[in-house]
Order: sequence, then structure tokens, then C-alpha cells
Amino acid sequence: MKRRVLIQRAMALGLMTGLDGCNYEDPNHPDLADKFLHAMSAWNDRVQAALFNPDTLAPTFKASQITMPPRFNAFYDVSQAPVLDQSSYRLELGGQIADKAPWTLAQLQALPQEGQITRLICVEGWRVIGQWAGVPLGQFLRRVGADTSCRYVSFQCADGYYSSIDMESALHPQTLLALQFLGQPLTPAFGAPVRLRIPTKLGFKNPKSLVQLAVTNIYPGGYWEDQGYNWFSGS
Amino acid sequence: MLDQTKRDKTKRVIHPLILRLTHWLNAFAIVMMLGSGWQIYNASPLFGFSFPPILTIGQWLGAGIAWHLAMMWLLVGNGLVYLTWTLLSGHWRKLVPPGPGAIWRDIRAALAFRLKHQTGAYNAVQRLLYSGVLLAGVVVVLSGLAIWKPIQLWPLCNLFGGFYAARYVHFFAMAAIALFLAVHLTLVAMVPKVLPPMITGGKP
Repeated sequence: MKRRVLIQRAMALGLMTGLDGCNYEDPNHPDLADKFLHAMSAWNDRVQAALFNPDTLAPTFKASQITMPPRFNAFYDVSQAPVLDQSSYRLELGGQIADKAPWTLAQLQALPQEGQITRLICVEGWRVIGQWAGVPLGQFLRRVGADTSCRYVSFQCADGYYSSIDMESALHPQTLLALQFLGQPLTPAFGAPVRLRIPTKLGFKNPKSLVQLAVTNIYPGGYWEDQGYNWFSGS
Repeated sequence: MLDQTKRDKTKRVIHPLILRLTHWLNAFAIVMMLGSGWQIYNASPLFGFSFPPILTIGQWLGAGIAWHLAMMWLLVGNGLVYLTWTLLSGHWRKLVPPGPGAIWRDIRAALAFRLKHQTGAYNAVQRLLYSGVLLAGVVVVLSGLAIWKPIQLWPLCNLFGGFYAARYVHFFAMAAIALFLAVHLTLVAMVPKVLPPMITGGKP
């Protein structure tokens, strides 16, 4: 009888692990497990926002520690990376921003630049060290008159990717509108001509080839976030 | 007065309710954390193997992470309730491992199937296993936090030798828990009479 109880318990555990549906398979038709996971993910967003310290810097590294060759990563093959014409490029601005005039690449290059050698941690668990340089996002947002009391900064990319971050992280001193990677202008594979570099968040929160930036109080979500990755995903 | 204590003594159970409750909640949390953790491991394996998909929880990385970061609250919350109880009630004294001599004697006895099961008391092997898995539990939680928040919790991350090393610490602490689980289930299967008291409380 006791052995039977044990076997039944083992079977129950086995059934549970094979349970269908708890898998974020169809974001448009969440089942009970999905709703539970969404609620916990929202709770984890709040915990991470509370843990976030705007004065805590991501560790920086020596030039000799940079990962070579750099690792390409996207939801498509490197040959599919969008190639944008640099002379006609414009970064569109939207939402709660006073001066919404689009920015050319030359205008962005003329702003004060900062560089960093930081680590990018992928949601998959691997990490690489790279060197990025560009315009601190906080300085840019203040320059264009963004309402920094808003909750979100959202990004649209040339490849259809999109993501969003919390305002506190956007104003972090190491958050960059990066124009350079490894001392050279960005290449298409690594987000040319402008990408977000935010070392306090996981890699997928660093959208590439930005075409639009907006400031909003309406939750913008993201390409992976809408499929189930945790939204805040801070490090 | 005397009758009262006598009656309390006869009614005393082998496993108090709080122990049983935290035990089964922990069993559920551990299974969920193992399965979802193996799913996360498979996205970027540390070693030359992956876990069979049938043993993982969540059918892709996003679901695995979602389960892992949801169930960690149950694991930690339940673990804190247990630790508080075991420290305040004095139950922890039953878990302190004895000297190496007693451990060696009991291991040999266990391997020869001569180790007698004493109801309500833990032998040297049990004490070693239980205190060891508790330690592994503390390490797995702390290294997990270091991986989750290597920047905001950087002192903790540095304690484990940085993000990269913390992943290995987390893996080996998990492996220790999984190994404990295998031994634990084997011992229960060998002495099945210990199972009902963990559900009902049992009589001494």
C-alpha cells in the first residue's frame, strides 16, 4: 500500500512536468498557468525596480578582456541584418517629448560621446565583453525635452524588433545610444547605425538599428517580452 | 496536570504539521526549480550535455525562466519558514552531524543494510544528508540571486567569484540537491513505512 502511494506520487510529479499549456505557447490565449506566470513576472518587475540603484554601475573591463571575435545574436541569421542608408537615416522621436524633430546620424555624432567596456549577459546564460561608445541616453532625453517623469522609453527597430525600458534605467549613466562598437562605427550585424547599449539589463533589452524612440506612460512591451520573457530583465 | 502531560505525550506525532507542510511545499518547489532550471541550462549548456526535454519544465527558454523566477519565491519563502521553525523549536539539534567516526560506522551499516531505522531520531547518515542538503539549498539560492542580479547584488556575485563562476556554483549546488533527492527517494523506497508519517504525522 505504501509503495503504491509512493508510485502514485511519482506519477503525479511526472504528469505535472509533462502538463500541457503552462508554456507561454500562445500569448493571445493565455491559460491559467500563463496568467499565474504573468502575475509573477509583473511582481518580479516591481521587485527589480525596487532593487535597482541608479548609482550602482555595471562592472567595466580592460581592453584585453574584450571578447574576440564578437558574437552576433538576433532572431534571424546575420545575413538578414538590416542595412540602412546612413545619409538618409533619421531617428524619429515620439510620445512625451517636447522637441520631436528627427535626428540625423551626423547630428548624433556631434553630441558629446562616452565609451565603455562592459559585459553583455544574454538571457540564455552566456556573456561577452565588448566596447561601445555613443550618446548617454539620459543626456539625450533631457536635450530633447523628454518628460522624464514618464514610466517608459520605447524603441522601434529597422528589423521589426521592438523593446522598452523603465525611465530609471534609461537615465542610468551607462545607458547609451551607441554609435560605435569596438572603436568603429556600428556595422549592420551589431546594430548600425544606432543601437541601445544598456549594461544593467540582459542582452535582449539592447535593441539594434533604432528607427524610433518614444517616451510614454502606456506599457509598450517588446518582441520577446510579449512572448513571455520578463519585461524588466535587469542585471 | 500529570494526566495532561501524559496525554500530550501520547498524542505527539513523529513529524509536526509545520515540518510536513514545509516538506511537501519544498518537494513541489524543488521539482519545479529543477525542471525549469534544466530548461534554462539547455539554452547555454555549461558542459557537454543537455537535459532530456522530457525532464524539463516549460517548453522553451521563456517559459522555463518564467517558472524558475515564479517558483523561487515559494522555495525561498517556504525555506525561510522552515529555517525559522527549526531554529526556534530546537529541531535543528536533531540535524547536527556527529563526528566522522559515527558517520563512518553508520555508512558501513547502511551499505550492509544493517542500519536500523529509529522512529523520530536521525542516524549519522541521515544527519549528514539533511544538514548537507540544507547547506546546498542555501548555496543554490544565494548563487541563484548572484546570477539573477550580478550588478545590483554585486557583493554577493563577487562572493561567488563573479557571474561566470556563480553559474558553476549554482549548477553544482543543484547537482548536490538532485543527488540528495535520488538517495532520499531510494531510502524511502527501501523503508516505505517512513512515508505515511510524513503525510499524516504518525504516532511514535
